[in-house]
Amino acid sequence: MRTVYLDNNATTRPAPEVVEAMRPYFEELWGNPSSMHTFGGQVAKPVAEAREQVAGFINAERAEEILFNGCATEGDNHALFGVAAAWGKPGTIITSRVEHPAVLGPCLRLREMGHTVVEIGVDGEGRFDMEAYEAALAANPGPKLVSVMWANNETGVLFPIKEIAEKGKAAGATVHTDAVQAAGKVPLDVREVPVDLLTIAGHKMHAPKGIGMLYIRRGTRIKPFVIGGHQERGRRGGTENVPYIIGLAKACELSAAAFTDGSHERMARLRDKLEAGLLATCPDSRVNGDRANRVVNTLNISFEFIEGESVLYHLSDLGICASSGSACAAGSLEPSHVIRAMGVPFTAVHGSIRFSLSRYTTEEEIDYVLAHCPEVVAEMRAISPFVKH
Amino acid sequence: MWDYTDKVLDHFRHPRNVGAIENPDGKATVGSLACGDALTFMFKLGPDGRIAEAKFQTFGCASAVASSSALTEMVIGKTVEEAEQITNREIAEYLGGLPDQKMHCSVMGREALEAAIHNYRTGEENVVQVHDEIICTCFGVSRSEIERVTKENGLHTVEEVTNFCKAGGGCGMCRDRIQEVIDEVNHQAAAVPAPKPEKKLTTLQRIKLIEQTLEEQVRPVLKKDGGDVELVDVDGDTVKISFRGMCAGCRSAALTRDNLVATALHEFVDPALHVEMV
Repeated sequence: MRTVYLDNNATTRPAPEVVEAMRPYFEELWGNPSSMHTFGGQVAKPVAEAREQVAGFINAERAEEILFNGCATEGDNHALFGVAAAWGKPGTIITSRVEHPAVLGPCLRLREMGHTVVEIGVDGEGRFDMEAYEAALAANPGPKLVSVMWANNETGVLFPIKEIAEKGKAAGATVHTDAVQAAGKVPLDVREVPVDLLTIAGHKMHAPKGIGMLYIRRGTRIKPFVIGGHQERGRRGGTENVPYIIGLAKACELSAAAFTDGSHERMARLRDKLEAGLLATCPDSRVNGDRANRVVNTLNISFEFIEGESVLYHLSDLGICASSGSACAAGSLEPSHVIRAMGVPFTAVHGSIRFSLSRYTTEEEIDYVLAHCPEVVAEMRAISPFVKH
Repeated sequence: MWDYTDKVLDHFRHPRNVGAIENPDGKATVGSLACGDALTFMFKLGPDGRIAEAKFQTFGCASAVASSSALTEMVIGKTVEEAEQITNREIAEYLGGLPDQKMHCSVMGREALEAAIHNYRTGEENVVQVHDEIICTCFGVSRSEIERVTKENGLHTVEEVTNFCKAGGGCGMCRDRIQEVIDEVNHQAAAVPAPKPEKKLTTLQRIKLIEQTLEEQVRPVLKKDGGDVELVDVDGDTVKISFRGMCAGCRSAALTRDNLVATALHEFVDPALHVEMV
């Protein structure tokens, strides 16, 4: 059966060029870059070059500001716990209600540890409440950390991160952004956007799972999170994951190229085609999130009166991979916290489906989805007690 | 992906008896859009007093659709009195089992059946008793419903109750109260010991009591770990059992046999029994 992979906000296909670039570091150059012999030491240079490459990808001033780690969850944990630990006294963390659990989880823990956590809400389009944010910055004296995502994983909505960072800096806060869903979809420029800390994950941008990066602007007060050896200049213990670091650097190079070779525009056009096609063929459907400020690959659409998991299973039978914000499972029986924070009506929250494209998505694949998804929706509605038959 | 059985997937992909019946004898809707699943179930009796037709419409996940479809197949041909004996466990078993976190789908099926029978008998549309206290406000689950799933399925933790009826799966504010209800139910159960045989049992009575003990004392414990046990044979004082699910091939199976199965059978049936795994 064919596979139409439209779940790229969950994970992406490792680019063949990335796999190829990594291969020598498994087969021949498998030494430890810290070693005092040539066999190991020779891989220190490619790691340094990779660091330069990744620094260039986000326009960082210095390669030393790039810290390689295991995943974005680690990067987010490091940013939040590391900054709070450096305060040495209770402070305030200002975040949003629609963050990834990798941020919301640590925030819960920091609250238990005696810090104040303020969650800024969003409107019906998923837009950041700037007024509430300004009020929170003004109302909380003492040390502050702002942690707000660049792009939302479920809806693709882009927050005005430049303005958020500037206002945070002006109020004396340290500013972190989880840019996992923005990387490779919008240019990241830490000279233009004055964040102190920025997290990305390799596997959301065609590198493999198991590699991430935390950008730490020089001068930022932050304690290490994974404590051990001298690696990463003492800020993250653990032997460098050399092949994956090389893979991440290659993925950054390819992602940067995709902004200029037309793949980006093509992805946007295909997403828009999918969106327009589904809205036209599936009555009682609605797009979730601010359509004017979204990453180009994401479509979050609610089909009213039907439930997400059923739709996903039927799509899966057709080889179409998508995901649902709602999870009908114990412990997470409530629909997605993101969709709920946006105040989406109850008729629509349980049927939200996320399609996320990549630069590998083809027009023919989008046509295939458009040919089959309306049938699935109609079929599910035919057995729904809430549709007037 | 959930670990659904082939039968669940079959009923989800090809649901039986979808739709509505004109002038049904009994009809009810349970659940709601807000809760994330809902089921409208209706039936019509034939001239012989047995359920001739049963139909459903479901809003929900794959296992909710499958449970509804299974329910319609199970009730057709039964009298109302027979149908109302169907438990949520039997619906799940009919489908070859459901993932723990999806057991609430089978409970929704049983609730709809019960409500439709109530509607048939009284003409009323609502079975929730006005005096019944609502414990979980997110999903509107009452004290009596929590008591019932706890009792019928041998539950011990809040998480299990959430799996079976969703109570506590929303904001979580009611979890302490759910634990209190569970403790009350289990305390009562412990205070009323199962009837012990006073005189010598006939062979059939003895087999039935062995089955009942496995069902009530052993199975709920094994199910928590995804396992099960089946009675294969009773030969004199030798009880032959076979472990299923996660228990099959488990390295601790012999311990389970001695500590759990044999102990229960000695206590409730006969201290002379010897348990063998086959």
